[in-house]
Amino acid sequence: MRYSLDFNWLWDGMGALAYGAGTTLALTVSTSVLGIVLSILGAAARRGPYPWLRKVVGLYVEIMRNTPFLVQLFFIFFGLPSLGIRLDPITAAVLAMTLNMAAYTIEVVGAGLDAIPRGQKEAAQALGLRPRLVFFKIILPQAIAIIFPALTSQIIIMMLESAVVSQISVRELAQEADLLQSRTFRSFETYLVATLIYLSMSAALRRLLFAGKRRFLGAGLA
Amino acid sequence: MIEFTFWDILRNLVFATRWTLLLSLAAFAGGAIVGLAILSARISKTRWPRSFASGYIALFQGTPLLMQLFLMFFGLPMLGFRIGSWTAAVCGLTFYASAYLAEIWRSGVEAVPRGQWDAASSLGLHRLLELRLIILPQAFRITRAPTVGFLVQLIKSTALASILGFDELLKTANAINNATFEPFKVYGLVAVIFFALCYPLTQYARFLEKKAAFG
Repeated sequence: MRYSLDFNWLWDGMGALAYGAGTTLALTVSTSVLGIVLSILGAAARRGPYPWLRKVVGLYVEIMRNTPFLVQLFFIFFGLPSLGIRLDPITAAVLAMTLNMAAYTIEVVGAGLDAIPRGQKEAAQALGLRPRLVFFKIILPQAIAIIFPALTSQIIIMMLESAVVSQISVRELAQEADLLQSRTFRSFETYLVATLIYLSMSAALRRLLFAGKRRFLGAGLA
Repeated sequence: MIEFTFWDILRNLVFATRWTLLLSLAAFAGGAIVGLAILSARISKTRWPRSFASGYIALFQGTPLLMQLFLMFFGLPMLGFRIGSWTAAVCGLTFYASAYLAEIWRSGVEAVPRGQWDAASSLGLHRLLELRLIILPQAFRITRAPTVGFLVQLIKSTALASILGFDELLKTANAINNATFEPFKVYGLVAVIFFALCYPLTQYARFLEKKAAFG
């Protein structure tokens, strides 16, 4: 079989792919913010005073880490409506991605919090700072600087996994590529271009995050 | 609508699990073989195999597995191979696994003390033989925990083969769901089965990690 690559469709498909890439980025950003907030709460609960809450969070982490993301997504999108909870595809995607990401980052954030010496907290308290300020101004920034590389990888992994939400027809990059190839009959080229876009997005995101870290958290830490 | 009892659903899902297991095993075996080749290129003394291997790893770790599987599914026929979803899934997961395994094992090779290399070369061995007899066995022992951890990742990833139309656990679940309209029950059971496959391995990886930490 002779086959020659044909990229003529690309010019017309550019807009759709750019829109899809934008949606992928929006999903990644909202998931990262929600997921990190959730994992700070989860890590706090894991170290909190209530044994039942510690157990519940532990169980949640185990369940999420030992089942496929695609199954979690289908359970939320197709399964929850039978309990009367009906979600539109984007909400279901953000919910599934956030819950999945948090299960991985709860441990990461927790490890960061544990790595800060007790003396830091005591010193801050000695200065008369209120407990909340001690946490947000002294403990958390240092913890985040320590876990930054792990957090960055997790954000990028989540962006790559988000390709799967095309299966509940969220119009992100993979779904736009799907729609394009069914119109152009150029599946290989379309998926190749989409893959290269993902590759450049993950490289760019990594650089951007590390540049942001140097700007806001300083290069000296960790 | 067809009448399916709970046991009918469970039995069909458990039967389909054997394809999930087989796919995981095939991808792990294939990934280990290709991964070893990538690893030896990655730590080669010559420059171009090293850059090839790091490019390969960056490519597979920087793109979604779903796109890799699609490219395999649509790309191989383009080269003249007519393939089914099973071959495409095995090939796609093999390449994906090889990139991760090569990187995990490389961290083990780097953790082997320098003196081991020196001692090996003082025996006058060929470099590949040094690697096989002296360095790799130690590197594997060091990286047992992350290797088992990655196996969990790989088992979960086989769910994506359902999108290519391969009849593993999730694809079977989709079919049952279309017949019964009980997604809560069906996908809940799928999650339980995956959990039953993965959780023991996760615990084993944790045990290995603890053992390694205490020497």
